[in-house]
Amino acid sequence: MSTMQSLDVTRRSATTRPSPSVRETEEVAKLIDISKCIGCKACQAACYEWNDLRDEIGVHVGVYDNPHDLTENSWTLMRFTEVEEEEGKLEWLIRKDGCMHCADPGCLKACPAPGAIVQYSNGIVDFISENCIGCGYCVKGCPFNIPRISKKDQKAYKCTLCSDRVSVGLEPACAKACPTQAISFGTKSDMVEFAQTRIADLNERGYDKAGLYDPPGVGGTHVMYVLQHADRPELYAGLPKDPKISPLVEAWKGAAKPLALVGLGLTALFGFLHYVTGGPNEVEETDEEQAKKTIDERGDGRGGR
Amino acid sequence: MIERKHGTVGRYTPAARANHWLNAIILILLALSGMSLFHPALFFLTDLFGGGTWTRILHPWMGVALVLTFSGLFFRFWRYNSWAREDSLWMKHIGDVVAKHDENIPEVGRYNAGQKILFWGMTILILVLAASGVVMWDARFGQFFTIEQKRLAAVIHATAAVATIGLWIVHVYAAIWVKGTVRAMTQGSVTGGWAWKHHRKWLREEVAKEPR
Repeated sequence: MSTMQSLDVTRRSATTRPSPSVRETEEVAKLIDISKCIGCKACQAACYEWNDLRDEIGVHVGVYDNPHDLTENSWTLMRFTEVEEEEGKLEWLIRKDGCMHCADPGCLKACPAPGAIVQYSNGIVDFISENCIGCGYCVKGCPFNIPRISKKDQKAYKCTLCSDRVSVGLEPACAKACPTQAISFGTKSDMVEFAQTRIADLNERGYDKAGLYDPPGVGGTHVMYVLQHADRPELYAGLPKDPKISPLVEAWKGAAKPLALVGLGLTALFGFLHYVTGGPNEVEETDEEQAKKTIDERGDGRGGR
Repeated sequence: MIERKHGTVGRYTPAARANHWLNAIILILLALSGMSLFHPALFFLTDLFGGGTWTRILHPWMGVALVLTFSGLFFRFWRYNSWAREDSLWMKHIGDVVAKHDENIPEVGRYNAGQKILFWGMTILILVLAASGVVMWDARFGQFFTIEQKRLAAVIHATAAVATIGLWIVHVYAAIWVKGTVRAMTQGSVTGGWAWKHHRKWLREEVAKEPR
């Protein structure tokens, strides 16, 4: 979806050689402080507005989540969870779900279409829709279950971290719209630093397990959360505790592939060498004579070897 | 069937040949389109099918076609491919087969052990490819499977595809190496000498069927 310069691309799907990498930009990150979120969904509205998307009018199923899930039109979604950590102390945990912009993106690794998924040097992972072939491999690659395939055009969509806004020095639309400043945006190092002040504050208020969610299993993310209960991220609508690219995806997309191709090449080469060294397996004149004898006799055919 | 005038033995009916070659064409198209999405170095092969998106759309339908054509081959040939005692013996002498020491190889019927392994290998692999392919076919069946099942299917599909292409290479090479084989699938018959040399038991059976 993006208009950023190719000079800023550090990784490109289905591309085995490095991308242009002389220029390095500072890594950016979005920090979502769940303890400050009031669940107003302004971020969702801002996302629709900026990206000029609308989701279908859904139905109420008894929860606040609206829509019920991420879709090709809804790239971010507030997920509401009620938990009673201590008896009588109800907590309403509201997590703004969406692409985490992993440093080691599973979607990009799984994608078979060159340049359909790129990672910019600032850390943003973006889908370049015109190159997308609609296979759904990104869905299999993602450890967070984020990409959605459109029923209309069979292409994959997800949060761009407003790469178009960021490239001209603006913050993402959701961060701009957030009325409580639960969403901050800046360089990744600034955001990590800022998170520490928030965590210290939460610690003071009795959340001694508060912490930053920047999972190392995917190399860290460019969307991070401040969690009141960082020891149990699953409380927040199933946020994975230790997300990693599935070992199945690693097996599928790893070294086995080129090795398999080499193996097939060697099989063909072995055949070729077998032919040119030993020669073809030809029927001799004596075979024809034996066959003729067998046919003519119509007997037991055991007229000799 | 023996044709005395030319000294040839009938091996494949016109319908069987057509079935085989339809199957072959589809298998090759499947291999090319599948490999194009298998590794970035082979993505250029998608151009043969009208680009990446068309390749993604066509590949599973070709798979459906392959299941149909291969079913035809399966029901034509399965009864000739049951494993016999001499097949295990033949496999023990695979080194002699490759080195052309024919005198050490047991007499074989219509198909030798290698051909039977190809037949059953292809049968099993195509079943596995079809089943895992359905799970990967997002546009049609995406909603019926979990992401974890799709991941597993992708690994199985890729592995089975590599094995299938490997078997195919061996199959094609054997047909090229053993002179006089290809005409069985292009003309329907082989020379008596070919039958005597490679499938002597089968030749005797065919001869025995002839009226005196």
